[in-house]
Amino acid sequence: MVTIIDYGTGNIFSLCNAVKRAGLNYTVTSDKDIITKSSHVILPGVGEASAVMREIKKRGLEEVIKGLKVPVLGICIGMQVLCSYSEEGDTESLSVFPERVIKLRGDNIKIPHMGWNRVYGTDNPLFNELENGEWFYFVHSFAPERGVSTISTTNYGVEFSSTLNKDNFYGTQFHPEKSGVAGERFLMNFLTMNTLK
Amino acid sequence: MVAKRIIPCLDVHEGETVKGVNFVNLRVMGDPVEMGRMYSQQGADELVYLDISATNQGRGTFLSLVRKVADTLNIPFTVGGGISTADDASRLLDSGADKISLNSAALKDPTLIEKVAARYGSQFVVVAIDAKLLENSWRVMSNGGRNSAHRELFEWANEAESRGAGEILFTSMDNDGTKKGFAVDTLAKLCNQLSIPVIASGGAGKMEHFSELFLNSGADAALAASVFHEGTLPISSLKKHLSSCGVPVRIV
Repeated sequence: MVTIIDYGTGNIFSLCNAVKRAGLNYTVTSDKDIITKSSHVILPGVGEASAVMREIKKRGLEEVIKGLKVPVLGICIGMQVLCSYSEEGDTESLSVFPERVIKLRGDNIKIPHMGWNRVYGTDNPLFNELENGEWFYFVHSFAPERGVSTISTTNYGVEFSSTLNKDNFYGTQFHPEKSGVAGERFLMNFLTMNTLK
Repeated sequence: MVAKRIIPCLDVHEGETVKGVNFVNLRVMGDPVEMGRMYSQQGADELVYLDISATNQGRGTFLSLVRKVADTLNIPFTVGGGISTADDASRLLDSGADKISLNSAALKDPTLIEKVAARYGSQFVVVAIDAKLLENSWRVMSNGGRNSAHRELFEWANEAESRGAGEILFTSMDNDGTKKGFAVDTLAKLCNQLSIPVIASGGAGKMEHFSELFLNSGADAALAASVFHEGTLPISSLKKHLSSCGVPVRIV
């Protein structure tokens, strides 16, 4: 069973539909027992960093998430809270990834970064059967800096980490659930990963 | 850099996709859900669904349609038409819409833009502006182009941005339905004044209109309806043409 963690903010309709279209059963919950017994865990991409961290703490999920041994995918803000810190709301985060999340900066760029952009440097099982430079859909104003967990980068004013990986934890700045066929492939690559060897 | 976006627009009336010229003489084009799925497969980057029915029954039909679209579609979509309150916007978000487009209601009460942006973020709020050139001034029209809003295009677009709009969807009513090209000069001026993305609408007839738009105006996206609905301009061919002209586009 796939678990989508419920932190009580925003709309996860499209993500649920994408998992459903992939032919998998899912549950949306913040129940610790269900989360720890899942085959795959997704931290969805809605909300603002400090609000999401507050909800995670309120539900007592910090250690539960950090201790997961199954494949975990954080999407957008769901990835950002897995990083060490976010400039958004000056937020200390879960520190699964050592990278910091900073506001996108650059000359002549429109914020938020909204639309389709290319993802480069993708030698990771998450990108099986996807091309280097594939287009994915982004909507965000903050992003992780490049660091040891970076497995792909995207350019928007600066080069930022568009995906991260450390052990069984994965994060993506783009929205695979909104990224057409490439996004479906990406999600499928995650959802068919085996539990940590 | 981000790709320039191609956005088919589906005007929905009582559950059917329709198309009119200059907002009148509606013709039925097909099933909105199926058409959306097809456009996504062809390489559309985003879709816009506009509810042009004016009845409560029509609004209910539209809401259930939005749910079906969200079930089916794997790319982002914007919904608009008849959104009068922040609660209307919430209902659409809860039904799976990625963005909402405000038009007449924002003209009537500009604070609606702030209210919706505060609740869900600017990226959720598109402000649609229909305007036509009258005595050397671009006048904003409301209620599907029927009434003058007594506002000027550039001034209203700037206000919408400062109130929290995430994008401006500008339709030139003078170009809409003519298939003679976009209002490129006006769009260039608009893009120059704004720091949020601009979606160009009205006038698309052939591929060259799109390349002309993207090469000369700074527009971030182009929206069109009949050229896609009638099949005269397949999205895959359009994208190849744009790419060969040096316009960054996502080819699927």
